Amino acid sequence: MSEVKVYERPKSWMPNVSSHYCPGCGHGIAHRLVCEVIDELGIQNDTIGVAPVGCAAMIYDYMDTDYCEAPHGRAPAVATGLKTVRPDKIVYTYQGDGDLASIGMGEIVHAANRGQNITVIFINNAIYGMTGGQMAPTTLLGQKATTCPLGRDAKVNGYPIRVSEMLATLPAPGYITRVTVAQPKYIIKAKQAIKKAFQNQVEGKGFSLVEVLSSCPTNWGMRPVEAFDWLISSMMPYYPLGDFKDFD
Amino acid sequence: MAKGRIEVLEQYCKSCGLCVAACPVKVLRISEKTNAKGYRPVEQFKEGCIGCAMCATTCPDAAIEVFKIQE
Amino acid sequence: MGRVLMKGTEAIAEAAIQAGCKYFFGYPITPQNEIPEYMSAHLPEVGGVYVQAESEVASINMVLGGGATGYRVMTSSSSPGISLMSEGISYIAGCEIPAVIVNVMRAGPGLGGILPGQADYLQATKGGGNGDYNLIVLAPSTLQECVDLTQLAFDLAQKYRNPVMVAADGFMGQMMEAVEIKPSPTKDQPADPTWALGFMEERGGKRSHLHSLFLAPEPLEEHNRKLQKKYGAMKAAEQRCECYHMEDAELLIAAYGTTARISRSAVNNLRAEGLKVGMIRPVTLWPYPYDAFKTIPSTVKNILVAEMNAGQMVDDVKVATGCRYPVSFYGRTGGFAPSVKEIEDECRRILAL
Repeated sequence: MSEVKVYERPKSWMPNVSSHYCPGCGHGIAHRLVCEVIDELGIQNDTIGVAPVGCAAMIYDYMDTDYCEAPHGRAPAVATGLKTVRPDKIVYTYQGDGDLASIGMGEIVHAANRGQNITVIFINNAIYGMTGGQMAPTTLLGQKATTCPLGRDAKVNGYPIRVSEMLATLPAPGYITRVTVAQPKYIIKAKQAIKKAFQNQVEGKGFSLVEVLSSCPTNWGMRPVEAFDWLISSMMPYYPLGDFKDFD
Repeated sequence: MAKGRIEVLEQYCKSCGLCVAACPVKVLRISEKTNAKGYRPVEQFKEGCIGCAMCATTCPDAAIEVFKIQE
Repeated sequence: MGRVLMKGTEAIAEAAIQAGCKYFFGYPITPQNEIPEYMSAHLPEVGGVYVQAESEVASINMVLGGGATGYRVMTSSSSPGISLMSEGISYIAGCEIPAVIVNVMRAGPGLGGILPGQADYLQATKGGGNGDYNLIVLAPSTLQECVDLTQLAFDLAQKYRNPVMVAADGFMGQMMEAVEIKPSPTKDQPADPTWALGFMEERGGKRSHLHSLFLAPEPLEEHNRKLQKKYGAMKAAEQRCECYHMEDAELLIAAYGTTARISRSAVNNLRAEGLKVGMIRPVTLWPYPYDAFKTIPSTVKNILVAEMNAGQMVDDVKVATGCRYPVSFYGRTGGFAPSVKEIEDECRRILAL
């Protein structure tokens, strides 16, 4: 009788570190998937990450690769600078919905429109987490947040933005897909998408963005399992999973 | 059925329970122990682990290592 | 390349290329558009890349990312554009990333006008962005100095891992003058792999991460102490100043950039009349040349600050002289520069007091 290890902590996950994320937060799953992909592609020493502002601002504490901070929303511009000077490196941003879809909407649209050969991991959990549960550009209609206590009202707050669909209208970006980390069966697909988004860059194919539907149990006011159930029942109908562009 | 086992890196576990829900053979539960951060780490409380790694796949803290046992 | 007649903005651009800058990130704004235009035409010739950003906000953050690789990168803009860049400049300083920023200043506030100004003095030397940080600010008053200071800016940026601003004004940018642009001796200086991103392999697998975020107070204060120590070293080593006919002056004009150029003519004319007027010209607006101000001779009775703003440098002159002299001010705004005659008349008025 012998034993084979079938899962261990990724090599590029910072050793001996416990994350600051709340219990059951989807950020940890998405971080882990990025680390697993970096390990599988063997690019740890060649990867430069760009950190956002928001809950994932300290992502560099958990990922053992070169990392650069960006001001709120500016990660795609910082990544553009990095990749322009070092086209031989693998440059990716990791951004939440406040960072990417609100304050940084200009930067992501134009980086995508230039077809910049970078990878973007976009975490959509329909809320501002770090600042304490305020309304995000992706907050669903009727969803309560601390700055829309009665629920998001389209007349006052407009509609939640479908970033992937919007960016897919541009000719330059190559791969745009939406996945979720709500359950293992989706997580396996999410990892495939993240791997493809990095592989595309390694092959010099151009701009790739993976939108990851995630949860915020703390600010949604739910237990972790309940939060992912709500994601599946409430977020997924508005934010359908699937590829919106794939280098066609 | 394949056999497996898990090792919980208890210092990283935050008792979120995602693995408990993800386990297809329902061999996991939140333990009565307390780790340094005050969380109660998950544990395998009965035989029957199949080494499918669904628990590790869903763990946000990379706190579970999975082994498959080959006869 | 011998002496050639060039426009200021184009001279700055060529000087940067000859300093080894291969990456330029910019956004159009008058009166500096010839810099991005020149870069877009000539950077590809040296294997470089010009990226037109979607905004000044984006261009400064591209500079942040580009500079994080340790290679020579730059952007240029004009006053309202620099305001938009101020957030990024604070982050660049906080992350200790080398970068060169050219500000071809125009008249403000707000959208102001497209004519020259020096009203970004306080923004450049005292703040702009948030937090305790400083830029080295270089103020050229001839086009040759535009060339030399642009090249110096790259050296200082890399030496201190700090943003450096070349604060020119619209006159410097738009006038033509003969300049000589030589390749900088440090043109091929490689990136420093001890900290620059993209050298994890060379560091034997040790990563580098550049950030200004320190959530706990102890490391943030430690970071600030480290920055202040660096700014102290800059203050000790990088003050630059020209003293012109200062040795026996009774009236000293304090001026920089285009206003210093005009003041130089006024000094020459007044000296021809036998009036003892001199000039002290800060070349580094930050660090302010306090040491040069300490050498002001006892003959000096008055100081006149001349600027194309409402008197932004006056306080620095008072501090630099320990308020030992009466300091008066003559300035124009709106895009006007003081004329030579206006400055001469002001000098005569003060001398007659």
